[in-house]
Parts: sequence; C-alpha cells; structure tokens
Amino acid sequence: MATEATGGGLEFHPMDQFVVSPLFGNGPVAWYTPTNVTLWLALTALASIALLVLGTRGRAIVPNRAQSVAEMAYGLVHKMIEDIAGKEGLRYFPYILTLFMFVVFANLLGLVPMAFTVTSHIAITGVLALAVFFGVTIIGFAKNGAHFLDLFWVRSAPLAVRPVLAVIEVISYFVRPLSLSIRLAGNMIAGHAVIKVFAGFAAIAAVAPIAIVAVVGMYAFEVLVAIVQAYVFTILTCVYLKDALHPSH
Amino acid sequence: MEGNIGELGQYIGVGLTAFGMGMAALGVGNVAGNFLAGALRNPSAAAGQTATLFIGMAFAEALGIFSFLVALLLMFAV
Repeated sequence: MATEATGGGLEFHPMDQFVVSPLFGNGPVAWYTPTNVTLWLALTALASIALLVLGTRGRAIVPNRAQSVAEMAYGLVHKMIEDIAGKEGLRYFPYILTLFMFVVFANLLGLVPMAFTVTSHIAITGVLALAVFFGVTIIGFAKNGAHFLDLFWVRSAPLAVRPVLAVIEVISYFVRPLSLSIRLAGNMIAGHAVIKVFAGFAAIAAVAPIAIVAVVGMYAFEVLVAIVQAYVFTILTCVYLKDALHPSH
Repeated sequence: MEGNIGELGQYIGVGLTAFGMGMAALGVGNVAGNFLAGALRNPSAAAGQTATLFIGMAFAEALGIFSFLVALLLMFAV
C-alpha cells in the first residue's frame, strides 16, 4: 500500500470526484440522462425548499432552530441588498435570495462524504454568473437607457485619462461573469482536491496521523469556504446590481 | 529518464502557477491585515465594513484562482 502512493500516482486520482456519470448503468451521457449532477441539483433544490418552506411553517413567535436559520438567511440577504444596492434593489430580492440559497446548499451538500459538488463545474456556475451578467446589463439599459454607458466613461477623472479608463472599465465589465463563475468553481475544485490529496497520503503509514488531522482541518476550513463563497457570490451580484441601478456613481 | 519535452514544459508551467497562488495569498493577507489595523483604530466603524472586506478579498483571490485555472488547463486540457 505504501509503495503504491510513491510510484508516480495516487491510488485514486484527486480529480475523479468531479466526473459526471449516469445514475443508472454506464451508458453515454446525453442531455436527458439522469446523472449524479441531476441528483445533487435536485437535492440542493429540495434542501432549500425544506429550510425555507417547511422550516418556517410553524410561524412561531419564538422560532425553532430551522426557522431561525431561515430567518437569518433571509435577513442577511435582505440587509445586504439594502446596504449595497439601496431600496430599489429590493425588487430583485427574490432572485438574489434564490441564488444565495442555491449556492450555499450546493456547496454544503457537496461536503457530505461521497457527494457530488455541483458548484465545482464551470458549466453550472457559468450559467449562474451569465444569468447575473445578462440580467444586470438588461436592468441597466432598461432603467437608465444610454446613460448606463456612463459606467465606462468616468466623469470624475481628467479628460486625458478617460479613454484609458474606459478600456479598463469595459474589460473589467466583461470579465465579470468569468471571474464570478471561476471563483466559485475554482474554490470548490481546489478545496475538494486538497482533501482528496491528503486522504491519499493517509495510505502511507508514516504520515497517516498527520494526513488524517490535515483532512479534518481542511474539512472544517471547507465548511467555512462553502459559506463564504456563497456570501461572496451574492454580495458581488449586489455590487453589479448597484452599478446597473446607479451607473454614474 | 525519457519523455517528451512538451510534457516537461507542461509540468514546469504547472509548478510556476504556484507563484500566482502565493501572490494571491499576499493580496488577501494585505486586505485582511489592513482591515484589522483599521478596525482596531475605530472598532465602531468596523461592523459596517465587513461587506467591503469580503468584496476586497474576493477580488484579490480571483486572480489567484485564475492561476489555479491555468494549472488545471495545462494538466488536463493541453
């Protein structure tokens, strides 16, 4: 066992956990095939419904545990939008709360042993990020018309540097969906791969205790990262929404 | 010792992307350290700025994640 891990490869590859495979049989994956991604996407949706709908069913004045967690999530996102995007941003509260609950549950369910992390795939985070990007761009043009382009023409800067700034602003605007999706997927891939690499070291007797402690430590860190990344995704959505609502600031 | 030179360059490139990770670590540490320095001078204003802290950290971290992406592309896509 010990020699296996040193012979130019681990017994399992750290990236194997991200392979999309059909739930039933070993056939090819078509768009309608139920895969492990489908399963964990469904579980993510069910988990958020369970927390937000079933958890608050009691409507107790003194909330139980599920209700206080649901209220906390609701309050967090509500305050975040109000602080960053202002009162006008609250129109888009349902979408942003959905986004937050989806990402936080996808990240946390991915940490269940043997689970599949749906947010580790750029195909999924990319769709979320592109939805935010196109949504915000459409809101910006619908609310402000051509004044939305003021976002790229910084009036507070001297005239000579404005064209340079405009180029930088345009690039940073179009890199948003890329950075939003890759930040989430990259964090998830990196964290899970690191856990698997340490788990691979556990096969070598000499370093096994250190490896096991490292896995426990990384796991705790990953729980933190899962929540922080969902928070960051939501907060950046709010920042982009603010740019769309008040482009001249 | 056999193997082709392209693979050698690929692995060296993957190793070099670790510099990107280190630079991102410096950036994120800088954000957190400066936030703490400011927060200790004026603790009453700190609570209102945690959102800014996370935004700053996210931007600093994003470029480190890009270098990780380059490493993944070199390892699995090239």
